Amino acid sequence: MFYREAGDFRTSYTDDSQTFPITFDRYCYFAILAVAFLVIPFLINDYWANAVLVPLLVWSMAAIGLNILTGYCGQVSLGTGGFMAVGAYACYKLMTAFPDLSIVFCVLFGGVVTALVGVLFGLPSLRIKGFYLAVATLAAQFFLVWLFNKVPWFYNYSASGQINAPERTVFGIAVTGPNVEAWAKYLFCLCFVFVFAWGARNLTRGAVGRSWMAIRDMDIAAEIIGVDPLKAKLSAFAVSSFYIGMAGAMFFANYLGAVEVTEAFGINQSFLVLFMIIVGGLGSILGSFAGAAFLVLMPVLLKNLLAGWLGWDTSIATHFEFIIVGGLIVFMLIAEPHGMAQLWRIIKEKLRLWPFPHAN
Amino acid sequence: MNDSAALMDIRNITLKFGGVTALEDVSFDIQEGEVRAIIGPNGAGKSSMLNVISGFYHPQEGGIWFRGERRPAMPSHRIARQGVARTFQNIALFSRMTTLDNIMTGRVTLMRPNLLTHMLWWGRAEREESEHREKVERIIDFLEIQTIRKTPVGRLPYGLQKRVELGRALAAEPALLLLDEPMAGMNVEEKEDMCRFILDVKEEFGTTIALIEHDMGVVMDVSDRVVVMDYGRKIGDGTPDEVRNNQDVIDAYLGVQH
Amino acid sequence: MSQQLLYAIEVSLNGLMAGVLYALVALGFVLIYKASGVFNYAQGVMALFAALTLVGFQNGQIPFAHLINEIFGTQVHHFGWHLPAFLSVLLALAMMVLLAVIVEKLVLKHLINQEPVILFMATIGLAYFLEGFGDLMWGSAIKKIEIGLPYGPSDSIDQFTYDLFGYGFFIDRLDIVAALVAALLVCFLTVFSQYSKIGRALRAVADDHQAALSVGISLRFIWVVVWSVAGFVALVAGVMWGAKSGVQFSLSLIALKALPVLMLGGFTSIPGAIVGGLIIGVGEKLFDFLLGPLVGGATENWFAYVLALVFLVFRPQGLFGERIIERV
Repeated sequence: MFYREAGDFRTSYTDDSQTFPITFDRYCYFAILAVAFLVIPFLINDYWANAVLVPLLVWSMAAIGLNILTGYCGQVSLGTGGFMAVGAYACYKLMTAFPDLSIVFCVLFGGVVTALVGVLFGLPSLRIKGFYLAVATLAAQFFLVWLFNKVPWFYNYSASGQINAPERTVFGIAVTGPNVEAWAKYLFCLCFVFVFAWGARNLTRGAVGRSWMAIRDMDIAAEIIGVDPLKAKLSAFAVSSFYIGMAGAMFFANYLGAVEVTEAFGINQSFLVLFMIIVGGLGSILGSFAGAAFLVLMPVLLKNLLAGWLGWDTSIATHFEFIIVGGLIVFMLIAEPHGMAQLWRIIKEKLRLWPFPHAN
Repeated sequence: MNDSAALMDIRNITLKFGGVTALEDVSFDIQEGEVRAIIGPNGAGKSSMLNVISGFYHPQEGGIWFRGERRPAMPSHRIARQGVARTFQNIALFSRMTTLDNIMTGRVTLMRPNLLTHMLWWGRAEREESEHREKVERIIDFLEIQTIRKTPVGRLPYGLQKRVELGRALAAEPALLLLDEPMAGMNVEEKEDMCRFILDVKEEFGTTIALIEHDMGVVMDVSDRVVVMDYGRKIGDGTPDEVRNNQDVIDAYLGVQH
Repeated sequence: MSQQLLYAIEVSLNGLMAGVLYALVALGFVLIYKASGVFNYAQGVMALFAALTLVGFQNGQIPFAHLINEIFGTQVHHFGWHLPAFLSVLLALAMMVLLAVIVEKLVLKHLINQEPVILFMATIGLAYFLEGFGDLMWGSAIKKIEIGLPYGPSDSIDQFTYDLFGYGFFIDRLDIVAALVAALLVCFLTVFSQYSKIGRALRAVADDHQAALSVGISLRFIWVVVWSVAGFVALVAGVMWGAKSGVQFSLSLIALKALPVLMLGGFTSIPGAIVGGLIIGVGEKLFDFLLGPLVGGATENWFAYVLALVFLVFRPQGLFGERIIERV
C-alpha cells in the first residue's frame, strides 16, 4: 500500500536515477529536513546538543567517510581516529594562524589536508589487500596520534598539550569557542553534514561510485574490464579521508572545543566508526546515519536507564555497553551483514505489498 | 604474414609459472570481423592464452601485435582501454551491484568522471551519465534482460549472469571481444540463445570475437577459424573443416600415446 | 667493548624477551587462522579474559559480584578461599574450552562461507563483548598474578656478564621463564599438528573445508579444538603478560601488537610468528633506544606497525607466508 511506484512516471534517465524515486519517500525526506532545519534549532538545549545531536552529526560525517572507503570500495581501515586527528589539528592550525579566516574554510581545509594524508597512507592498498590492509592502516592510526602528541608545533606549544578552539563566527554568530550557543553549533554541523551527505550520495550513484564498487566486488575483474585500481582506490581514500577530516575538525571545533589527541582520537574511535557502518549498513549513506545514531544514542540511553533510573554504578553501564555493542556487531554480521539499511529496504518491500503478503 | 589485415597477431608466446610451461611458442592471428575459436582438451592452455591477450598474464617470450603495432607491456586496465573486452570462465560479475550498474561499469573505459562535478551531479556529470545510460539500455534491449535491470546480479540464475557478463563486455564497444567458455554449464536452449547473441554481436556491431568453447557443435557452427591447442602448444589452425580432418587434432581428442 | 654497544645489546636482549611474549599471542592467531581462515582479533582479549579468570578463581572471587551487589544491595565479594595455582590454572583452562564451545555454537557456525573480512569484523565484535563481559564478571581493577613465577633481575646473569664484560646485564627472570615456556609451547604445537590425528584433520580443514567435510572430518569439532588450543595459548600469554605488568585492560592491546608480528611472519606460519615476534620486539626497543631521544620518545607506539607496513609493500605474503597467485 505504501511505497508504490504506481503513478510515479519517470520519463528520463535522470528521473530514473534520482535518490528518492518514490514520491512518498521524497516527501518523507523533505519532512525530515524541515524538522531538522526549521524545528529543532528552536527546541534544542545544551544537553540535547552536547549529548545527542551534535555528536550524532559529527559521527555521521565520519561514518559516511569510512563507508565510502570500506562499504563502497571494500578497503577496511582502522585508521579513522588518526585521520580525524589530522582534520582537527589542520583546522586548529589554520584557525590560529589566520584568525580572520572563516571557520567554514578551516573545516574544509581540515578535510583537504586529511585527504592528502589519506592518499599517502592509501598507497600501500595497491599492494596489500583485505585485513592485511586493515592492519597496515593501524600504522596511520598510531603514527599520527604519536606525531600530534610529540611535536609541540601542532598544539602551538601549549603547556597542557591540548588544543582549544578559539571563538569563530558565521554571520556574526559564534559557532565555536566557549560562548557558543547550542542551536548555532547544531545548525553549523547540520549544514555541513547535509551538503556533504548529498555529495556522497551523488558520488556513489555515478561512474566514480561504480568503479569503487567494482573494486570492492571483484578487484581483478574490475581491472581487466578497464577500472584503474590506482585511481579508484586512491580516490576512495582521498574522498573518505576528506569526510573523516571534516568530521575530526567539527569534533574538535564545534563539539568538544578542546581536545587532547590520545584521548580524543585513539584506536577506540576507529573501531567505533567501523561499528557504526557495520550496524548501519556497509555501502549505504542512509546506513551511515542509522549506525551513527544507534551508537551515539545507545550509550546515552543505557546510562540513563542503568545509572539514572536504577541507580547502578556507571562502570556497570559501561561494561554493559561493551557487551551490547560487541554482541550486536556479531549478531548483525550473522543476521544481516548489510545492516540496518538493508532491514529498512526489506521493510519497504514488505510495505509495498502490504496487506497482500504473497503478491508479487 | 599479412599484418595489415590482422586485428591481432600473436607471435611465439611462451608463458611459464615457475617450472611449469603453460604456453610454448604459440602463434596465431585474429582477423578483423571474424569469430576465432580456441579449442583443446582441459589444461591445454586456452584460458592462459586468453589471459595473456587481456594482459592479466605477462608472457616470458613473444609478443602481441595489435592493429599492426607491437603492444608494450602494460597493466590490464590500459589494454581494456585499447578496445579489448572479455568475459570470464567462472563468472566475474560485481555481485552486489545491479545489472544496470554492472553494464554501466563496462563503459568505464569510455568515461572520464570528475570527482567535483559528480559530487554536485551537475552539468557534464549528469549529461554524461544519461548519454551512457542510453547506450547501455540498447544493450539491455539487445540481450533481452530489461526485467532484471535493477536486480543485484548476485541473485540472478547462472544463465542470466552469463548474459549480463556478455552485456558488460559489449558495453565497452570493444574492437576485440574475448569470450571464455560462454556456454559452459548451460542447457541446450540457453546455448542456442547464447549462440544467437554471439552471431548477432558479430552481425550488428561488427565486433571481432575470440572464444574458448568445449562444445564442438557450437564451435564448428559459429566460428570462422579455429585454433587447436594441446599441452600448451598449437597443434592445428584453420577453418572448422580443415581442423576436423587434422590428424594431430584427432589424436589429441581421441588420445594417443605421447 | 664500548659502553654504548653493551647498552644496545642489553636493550636487544630485553627486546627479544618482549618479542617472545608478542610471539605467544601471535601463535594463537596463527593456530586459528590456519585451521579456520578466521583472523581472530579477539585473541588478545582472550588472553586478558583467561588471566582474569585465573586470578578470579585463585582468589575465590565471586563472579559478577559487582552486578549482584548493585541489584540485590548485598556486599558479597569473595568466597573466602584461595585455590592452589595448579587447580586454578585447570579451572581457567576449562573456562577457555567452554568459551571455545560457545563461540563455535553462537558465532562461527553461523558465519561459514562468509568473506574473511566479515569474519574479522565479527571477531572485533567478539573482542568487545569479551572485554565487557570479563570486566563485568571479575571487576575492572588491576590484579596481580601469583602462581609462583620468579620475579626480579637474574643475579647469575648479572654476575656472569659483569665478570665477562665489566658490565652486568639486567634481565628479568620472568622473561627467561617466558622464553622457555614459549619454546616448549611451540614444540608441543608443532608435534601436535604434525603427528596427531587431530592435527592432521586440522591441516585438512585448513586446506579445504568442503573436502575435509566430505571425508568425514567434523568441521565443528575441529573448530572447538582449535579455539580451545588457542584459548590455552591465550592463557599462557595472559599469565606471562599479567605477571609482567598486572592483569589489566592494556593486555588486550597486545593483540594489536601481535598483528604486525603476523604480517611480518605470515599468517600461516608458526615459525614465522616466532621470528616476527622477535624481530618486532628487538626492532622497537632498539629503534627507540637509538632514535627515540631525537624524536621525543615513545616510538614503540607505532614502530611495529610502520615496519610491518613498509615490509608488506615489498613482500605482501610476509616472511614465511605462501606466495599469493592470483587467478580469474
